[in-house]
This record gives sequence, C-alpha cells and structure tokens, in this order.
Amino acid sequence: MPQSNAPCLLDAKQMETHLQRLCREITATFGSDPTIALLGIRTRGLYLAERLKAMLEEILQREVPLGVLDITLYRDDLSELAGSPIVRPTEIPFSLRERSVILVDDVLFTGRTIRAAMDALLDHGRPRRVWLAVLVDRGGRELPIQGDFVGLKLDVAMTQRVSVHMKDVDGEDAVLLESRS
Amino acid sequence: MPQTRYVFPHRHLLGIEPLSPEDITHLLDQARAFEEVCERPEIKIVPALRKRLIVNLFFENSTRTRNSFEIAEKRLSAEIINFDADTSSLSKGETLIDTALNLEAMHPDLIVMRHSAPGAHALLARHMKASIVNAGDGAHEHPTQALLDAYTLRKRFGKLEGLRIAIVGDIRNSRVVRSNLWLLTKMGAKVTLVGPPTLVPRELRATWPGITITHDFDAALPEQDAVMMLRCQFERGTGAFIPGQGEYVRFYQLNAQRMKLARPDVAVLHPGPINRGVEITSEVADGPNNLILDQVTNGVPVRMAVLFLLCNPHGEQVP
Repeated sequence: MPQSNAPCLLDAKQMETHLQRLCREITATFGSDPTIALLGIRTRGLYLAERLKAMLEEILQREVPLGVLDITLYRDDLSELAGSPIVRPTEIPFSLRERSVILVDDVLFTGRTIRAAMDALLDHGRPRRVWLAVLVDRGGRELPIQGDFVGLKLDVAMTQRVSVHMKDVDGEDAVLLESRS
Repeated sequence: MPQTRYVFPHRHLLGIEPLSPEDITHLLDQARAFEEVCERPEIKIVPALRKRLIVNLFFENSTRTRNSFEIAEKRLSAEIINFDADTSSLSKGETLIDTALNLEAMHPDLIVMRHSAPGAHALLARHMKASIVNAGDGAHEHPTQALLDAYTLRKRFGKLEGLRIAIVGDIRNSRVVRSNLWLLTKMGAKVTLVGPPTLVPRELRATWPGITITHDFDAALPEQDAVMMLRCQFERGTGAFIPGQGEYVRFYQLNAQRMKLARPDVAVLHPGPINRGVEITSEVADGPNNLILDQVTNGVPVRMAVLFLLCNPHGEQVP
C-alpha cells in the first residue's frame, strides 16, 4: 500500500518540520488561551491531531483535549464512495461550550469535508470559535472555506490527488502527489 | 477518504436468513456509531437521510417496533409517511399488490412493513423499486429484533461466538425465534431451545442441526450465558398448546427461585411486551440481570444502521 512511485511532496522529516511550524503558529495564537481543544476529522485528521496534541502539550506544558469527528452522516457525496459507507462514532470527551476548537484535517481541497465537519461539530455544542488547521492546502475550493493554520500551500491540478500517508495507518510518514483514478 | 471495499450486497432486509456473518457484523459495527448519535446530550439527529421518503406500512398492530422505527427514521432526518392498513378491509394477494402500486406512485426510498403473511415482503420487493425492511411477518422472521438482540448480547459479552444462549417459551408461535436462530447460529453461538414439547417443534432441527432442544429448563439453565424469555402469546394461540398457565409457570417461568440455578452474571432478555407473572416475574424482569430495556434502547441505533445502509446502496447487489 505505501511506498508507491508517486512523486513525494514531503518526506517524513519535512512533514515533521511542517507540523512543528503549524504548532508554533498555533501556540503564538493560543499560547495563553486555556480553552483550546483539538478535533481531528477521521481518519488521517485524527492522527495528525494526535501528533499536534503531543507537540502542543510539550510546548505549553499542559493538557490539550482531543476529540474525533466522523463526518460520514453529514457528507453530501455518499453516492460517490467506493464501497458501502462506514460510519464510526464521533468522540468528544469534553464540553464544546466556550471552547476555542481547532479542527484538524490532512488535506484541504473542495472544502466540502470541512463544511460537513462544521455541521457535525455544531450538533455537539456551541464552541466560542472554530479554527481550521490542515497539513496541506491543495487549492480547488468549491466552498468559501479557508485554513487558519496551513502547513503546505499548493496549487495542484484537478487531475491529481494529494495523499497524506501516516505511520499510524500507512506505515510511513509522507505526502505524495498521485494521479486521481 | 478511507477507501472501503466492503459492499453490503442486499437491497432489502427481508430476513436474517440471506445475510452472511460479514453482513451481520457490518450492521452491528455500524450500529455503534448510531448509538453515539442517540446518546448525544443535545441534538440526537443527523442529516444522513435528508430528502429520503420512508413509508411505514403496518398491516398488524405494533407499538414498540413501529415507534422504534419511527424514532430511527426521525433521527436520520428522513421524511416519513405512516400508512395504516386496515387488515379487515384487505384480502391478501391482489390487494397487497394494489397497495404496493399505490405506494410506488409516491416514489418512496424505503418501506418498513409488518404483515402477517411470510411471503408478503418478498412479493412487495418484486413489485417496487423501494427497499423493503421486514418489521415482522407472521411467525417467520423479524430481522431487526434479532439484530438488536445480537447487538445487546455483543455489547454485554464482547462477542457472539461461543456464547451459550437459551431461548425459552413459545418457540412455535414466535417470529423472533427464527430470526434469532439464523443470526445466532451464523455467528457461532450455541443455542438451546427450551419449552413444553407442544411449543417447541422438533422439526426446527432440520433447518438448524446444531441447536439443542430440551424440555427441562432447570437442567439447561446453569450452563447459559444468556436466557431469552419469549412472551406467551395467548392471542396467537399459545393457550391451545399447553394444559394450563399454572403448569407452564411451574416449569418454565423465570423467577427468583429459578434464577438461583443460573450463573450469577446471566443476562436476561425478553423481546417484549412482557406478561409479568407468566413467563417471567417482575422480580427478575426488573432485576440486576435484565437487559430488557437495553434491548429497547438498542433497537433505535440498530434500525438506524439498517435504514442508512439500505438507503445508500453501492455496487453490484443481489436484487
């Protein structure tokens, strides 16, 4: 599954550097805000959020709550999935009330995933403010949605796909440029 | 986006019989996510079936099954029509097809139907584009009840394989039993049917050769991880098969005295409605071993999983 021949946009070390920079930007904005919490969007957004949590806690020396959002039930493109849709639970082990929530996803493309994530999030409570952190913004937006914290900004052709691989699920850390099939 | 290759291969849920263990596991796994929706502190509704039309077509009385389906549909944001069919004005066959054609003209996405005739659902499925969910057909199948029982058992024990489960009472007149027999045997549970000889047809073993049949509840009880008590269906003629309620109570009622024979952690299930003081006493039905209200609670997420899956078909499916 991993180790494909697709051109590598970021290797493991570069990915780490980008994540650290994301972290610094987040702490510069939120360093003194005790209400911040991370919400990872399944699947790879969750693993990224877990990494960010560890890095943020190291810098801030306090716990940063982490939750996970499954957006399957909020999607507008269910009929385009390859198999039967798989829904997994959303787990938010803290109250969203008065929180500064940072949504975390791997790739920002059309913005439809984030639209669905915001709908899902707001069904769980009313945070004070919602921010968006992504590892890669590949361009190609179909909705007026932007990242607040962006690792790598690209302008990728519609015929191509940016694929984030993570050790936790893919056996390696890398960002690859693949052709969309 | 996770590229999942599993495709639920059925367009309808007519029974448990056509499902594979993988299909059953998928449905039960999915129900977990819908349980999370039902447990939310505030908004227990997701937009997953927005703009979908679901018809609830009940030719037989039902309170809890119908309410459970309706709650599941509402939590998925579906549009709902309740079609109350007056049984007395309907003769089967032609009339049912006419009803189906009338419904078809409304272009529903899915029909939840309860009908006393076992073949009614398959008949409807052949005449309509909509997916059909069997909400009970005579003494044949009641698939969502078996799924919610399995979900409840799996949640309690972590698995179904190897579980020892006794189903006790009026096996003959129960549709819950047949769906449960299909499901539990497919998933590798060890099922024992318990009841008076007149209420436990021995021919069931022709279809499910792995099951045990006994008339001695006291002897079978100590080995069980779970007991599923069935309702004595006097309105369906249970009474004609037993000498009297007193004798039934003496040998087959689950009461505090009999519970002493069971494992201390035995799970007690009942599909409801309960005849308190007949097949089960209040002491046991309300006692620490009972999962009866968990079954009711779990019915909603399990039905949500079924509706969501059937309304989002993918790939090549069995017609």
